[in-house]
Amino acid sequence: MTREPFDRFAADQSEERRSSVRGGAKAGHEARGRALEADGVPFDRLRSLAARIKQHTLDHLDAYLRAATTSLESRGVTVHFAADAQSACGIVTDILDRRRAIRVVKTKSMVTEEVELAHHLEQRGIECIETDLGEFVVQLARDRPSHIVKPIIHKNRAEIAATFESHGLGPYDDTPEVITRRAREFLRRKYLAADAAITGANFISAESGRLVLVTNEGNSRFCLAATRCHVALVGIEKLVPTDRDVGALLDLLARSATGQRLTVYTEFIAGPRGVGQLDGPDEMHVVFLDNGRTQVLASDCRQILRCIRCGACLNVCPVYRQASGHAYRGVYAGPIGAVLSPLLEEPGRRFLEKADLPRASTLCGACHEVCPVDIPIEELLVRMRDRAKRSGATSGSTPSMGAWALVASQPDAWRAALSAGRLLAVLPGWLGPEPLRAWRDNHALPPWRGGAFRRWLEKRGAAHAR
Amino acid sequence: MPDDRALVMRRVGAALSSLRSREPLPVHPEDGTGASSVCASAARANPVAAFVTQLASVGGRAFEAPAPLAEWLTARGFLRGYCDREALGALAGAFAPPLSLDTRFMADRIDEYDFGITRAAGAIAETGTIILNDALTSRRLGSLAPWVHVAVLKRSDIVPTVSDAIRALGTDPYVVWCTGPSKTADVEGILIQGVHGPGEQLVLLT
Repeated sequence: MTREPFDRFAADQSEERRSSVRGGAKAGHEARGRALEADGVPFDRLRSLAARIKQHTLDHLDAYLRAATTSLESRGVTVHFAADAQSACGIVTDILDRRRAIRVVKTKSMVTEEVELAHHLEQRGIECIETDLGEFVVQLARDRPSHIVKPIIHKNRAEIAATFESHGLGPYDDTPEVITRRAREFLRRKYLAADAAITGANFISAESGRLVLVTNEGNSRFCLAATRCHVALVGIEKLVPTDRDVGALLDLLARSATGQRLTVYTEFIAGPRGVGQLDGPDEMHVVFLDNGRTQVLASDCRQILRCIRCGACLNVCPVYRQASGHAYRGVYAGPIGAVLSPLLEEPGRRFLEKADLPRASTLCGACHEVCPVDIPIEELLVRMRDRAKRSGATSGSTPSMGAWALVASQPDAWRAALSAGRLLAVLPGWLGPEPLRAWRDNHALPPWRGGAFRRWLEKRGAAHAR
Repeated sequence: MPDDRALVMRRVGAALSSLRSREPLPVHPEDGTGASSVCASAARANPVAAFVTQLASVGGRAFEAPAPLAEWLTARGFLRGYCDREALGALAGAFAPPLSLDTRFMADRIDEYDFGITRAAGAIAETGTIILNDALTSRRLGSLAPWVHVAVLKRSDIVPTVSDAIRALGTDPYVVWCTGPSKTADVEGILIQGVHGPGEQLVLLT
């Protein structure tokens, strides 16, 4: 079977899992719609502002990186730059080693997933506990997150309860409330015992040096109340010019992600804890990560870097809903992942391994319609298909155009093909060349109507001649 | 320590050098983004009333005086609490046994506190959000670890909109906006309150 890797993942998925993902994504999309409608949000006007804020920052990223570094340092934050995953993990490990930190708690962060930071730390004997409930379940189950905002959208309560049971978190009980309470009890001990906290950032204001974190559960608040050292790993595209710009983006982020006006907790962190404050870090580090982002910035798909990771494009995407996040074989799933994942890879073999992702789309543009920063995702998907073709990616399921060209350029051959087409409806599925067989496994053919127009035209011509 | 600052900056510069045009800095609309125009106009007209309404819509609860608050806590068996020294005055002696208050927070006994009372730096009316900072709360854990958090809030500190609150961020190194109790919907999309933070968000207006 020469299906594309994406199709294989999608096809091998259990019906149970497919229905979890479809239900969760649909609910997320509907919540978004209700939130925008209830408040009468002028979505198009607001997202045009948000898009221009992010694009402006990207187009002047050199200046804003310098400004952010200066303002962060003036707030007592140590700023580091990491060119790639290995360097990022190295910098974080060095910071922890200097403090002799061996127990770390971390919040949900896409970029730490991207560089596999938790895995790296664990290999060096540093305990690194995920504190977001979904990510905690993923960590215990040695699974992978399948959604940017809802990491365990693919799991049902029974699977989660079984995971908790096998890790000694009480006897089997699949009540969502019991699951949540058990995580609360367990993770409290972890926060209080931890030497350092690792977070990402949703935004950094270059002007004020304020790092903004949003969470619903409060795990990030706990991380920053119970530990003495805060390390934030941040993609260079997370910058915005001013606090005011943060405000405009916050107006869109929670509504797009979960249908809330604001996420429950929005933290504005500008350096180590204040004078007189007894809780929280006395040392703070920001590590700015490139890891392929400058390569994206130099490409004709740079708009993808505007993304604020709300997950709205995943929720609305008909392909994501059927295939689930794991089919995208990387940290970023859905339409955004189909563009970003291959772009972040090195050109060559690594890129080609993900070159099928941009084809996992119907190009319907629903992702663009819901995007709070107006990324023309369907356009970028087409550019990525072109890039894949030019890079020599082979395609698993699309038959070559050569045969079609041959037939279409010769009238007699065309007429013959049109009549022969009728046979497709009666021939068994196993007959025919491999790509056609693979295609027919997944598709039902409509009744053949080829040649009808020519027959009509001939009759009409004959009638007029009389 | 390895540091790639020069390398990353060089790559950014190279990536931008081929740009033919660059997006100018967008101008924000004078009257804010108008994200929640419906709530924002109500919030401007009467910030306190709008705040109380929106707080309820996100699962929180406001009290106009300390006595009903003490009653509410007692009725639900939330008897032992921590109270920030600075917030004590607002209780006006309404907290009598069986309620008991500690003014020193013990991090090794966080599970023994049913509630924590701390001062809020302000609130946002259009979203029902309370604002905490390092300057007014001596213990970050005191407002976070107990099941119930009571924020003592001056009516005059409520601002109408998110944009107003952004302008009022000030110089505090840690500001947190709390919009209702801690929540998750990670398990099958079912809403559960009180994950790592408070399961009840109360406000005492002064």
